[in-house]
Amino acid sequence: MASDRIFGLVALITAVAYLAAASQIQTNPFSGEFLPKLFPFMIGSVAAICALTMVFKPDPDPDWPGPKTWGAMAVAVLVLAIYAVLLKPLGFIAPTAVAAGVLSYQISPRRLPALASGIGLSLGLFVLFKYALGLGNIVAYRVPTWSGLWDAISILIPFVGH
Amino acid sequence: MDILSNLALGFSVALSPYTLFLAICGCFLGTIIGALPGLGPSNGVAILIPITFTLGLDATSALVLMTSVYYGAMYGGRISSILLNIPGDEPALMTTLDGYPMAKAGRAGDALVLSGVASFVGALLATIGLMLLAPTLARVAFLFGPAEYFALYMLAFCTLGGMASNNQAKAALAACIGLGIAMIGVDSSSGLPRMTGGNLHLYDGVDFLVAIVGLFAIAEVFFFIESHGKGSSIGVKLDKVRIPWKDILSTKWTMLRASGVGFVAGILPGAGASLGSFLAYMTEKSIAGPKGGFGTGVAKGVAAPEAGNNAAAGGALVPMLTLGVPGSGTTAVLLALLMTLNITPGPTLFTDRPEVIWGLIASLLIANVVLLLMNVPMVKIFVRVLMVPAWVLLPGVTMISFVGIYSLSGSYFDLLLMIGFGILGYFLRKLDIPTVPVILGILLGGNMEDALRRAMTLSDGDVTYLFSSPIAIGLWAFAIAGFVAPMFLRGMLKKPQRITD
Repeated sequence: MASDRIFGLVALITAVAYLAAASQIQTNPFSGEFLPKLFPFMIGSVAAICALTMVFKPDPDPDWPGPKTWGAMAVAVLVLAIYAVLLKPLGFIAPTAVAAGVLSYQISPRRLPALASGIGLSLGLFVLFKYALGLGNIVAYRVPTWSGLWDAISILIPFVGH
Repeated sequence: MDILSNLALGFSVALSPYTLFLAICGCFLGTIIGALPGLGPSNGVAILIPITFTLGLDATSALVLMTSVYYGAMYGGRISSILLNIPGDEPALMTTLDGYPMAKAGRAGDALVLSGVASFVGALLATIGLMLLAPTLARVAFLFGPAEYFALYMLAFCTLGGMASNNQAKAALAACIGLGIAMIGVDSSSGLPRMTGGNLHLYDGVDFLVAIVGLFAIAEVFFFIESHGKGSSIGVKLDKVRIPWKDILSTKWTMLRASGVGFVAGILPGAGASLGSFLAYMTEKSIAGPKGGFGTGVAKGVAAPEAGNNAAAGGALVPMLTLGVPGSGTTAVLLALLMTLNITPGPTLFTDRPEVIWGLIASLLIANVVLLLMNVPMVKIFVRVLMVPAWVLLPGVTMISFVGIYSLSGSYFDLLLMIGFGILGYFLRKLDIPTVPVILGILLGGNMEDALRRAMTLSDGDVTYLFSSPIAIGLWAFAIAGFVAPMFLRGMLKKPQRITD
């Protein structure tokens, strides 16, 4: 009950914000005054109706995981986000080994297999991408510089990054 | 004999050694992808699209490779359904109902071979149906103007929301999320940005591949973290695999009927393979009556959903190729592939680029035969794939997804967006909000808006223009019926739940 209501409320706020943003869409004589706004208005209105339906007619709650699992998922998201920004300055092998290892550990918390799957996946995929699929330019190895690393990490910090 | 000469053209494209090699690779890869629990046809194809793109294959080769993967994944889905009781994706759910009990009764090999043959029959008949129906429908599609196209897109979203989900409001909300995301980016007619919030990265819009991989593949990681990869070990024994001629012969009419039902369900835009396998199973169940023993591991209960599922997969290609409106999640992904390859599906495709269409159809036929030959004797190899533990598989899939998406634009922004879609996908699926409408919305939003705008421009803002032709009225009627009717039929059409040990 509560989960559907909360999600419905979030969706409702988003829909209203979407409608507000749609009313601010810039137009010019080529596009006409109203046409660029018409479809976004329709989408926002339908979404708002659906969100209200969810608030007033909620389904039973799903089984949410416990706090420990939420923690594991948060770690996974953080690791993936750091992986996303470090892929460029650090190249493929080192970040992949760490990210795959951590993910593996979150799925099945045993240290040695996680370590092995991290290193194995990183090297195996590197060979696959570079030599079998010819994607060497994407999985290249790079020597990191401090300023490059800071540029990459700062992306993830609100109001600092670009 | 127009069809035969066209088919000859198709085979001349598809039977070159290189394309044949690609088809076999695709079938093999697809079966493995389908067999792996948690990796269905949609994610499998979605993850491979960027990689195919960077490989620099030409349009026909890429299309042959990916459709082989698509058909292969439909075949492979049954392996994890039967042996693990875990459907690789939504349509495979019905196969678990009788397949798993049959495997538990010591007839795992029989169930695998029988379902393989049923898949072959369903897919073969559907491909023939596609061959006969698609050119005709393509001619009808020339009559479609902007009003009709807008109604057709509505039909796709309505049937998808109405039939394939448990709650209309949630399905409609999912479609709105997708359509809303599709509006982000530079508006094509004014050249001004919309809904970007001033973020330069969003001026290009949100790439649908980013959304697909995020919603399907990355979200899967969170589900595996939640379940700690449990429940993915084989509980049944697979002895020597023989061909159960008796079962195959006794289910021949079942397979034919299920193929017909599945094909028709697949053609409905938006309904797709889940509906096909569901209707096929329910039809056979009601024909057999309570004495049929459905749900206890009977041969007909294995053959019907598999034939229906694969026939629907073929049927779903009809609206996708002729109208550009996909009938299922996976055909949506294939549509994304076509768009990436700069091929615009629609009636003109049949006249402008017949070699692509008929090459595709021919490669579907080839893929089918290859899959049957591969799946019956080599089923044990694919079963071994199931032993890959989740803690190696999921990180591997994630890393491949990252490299694939990174190769599209080389920008960290797409990767972060993909993680965001993964989180969204987790919550949507937890709350029983279907994710396929989101994908369809992102994919079709631009076209749907174009149709609406053109209609409004042609009619000078007259809303009644949308309902001005018989075709448009018919499509609107179907759309409303498809959305509203299931609310009243919910009691009758209750989906059978998964059996648990």
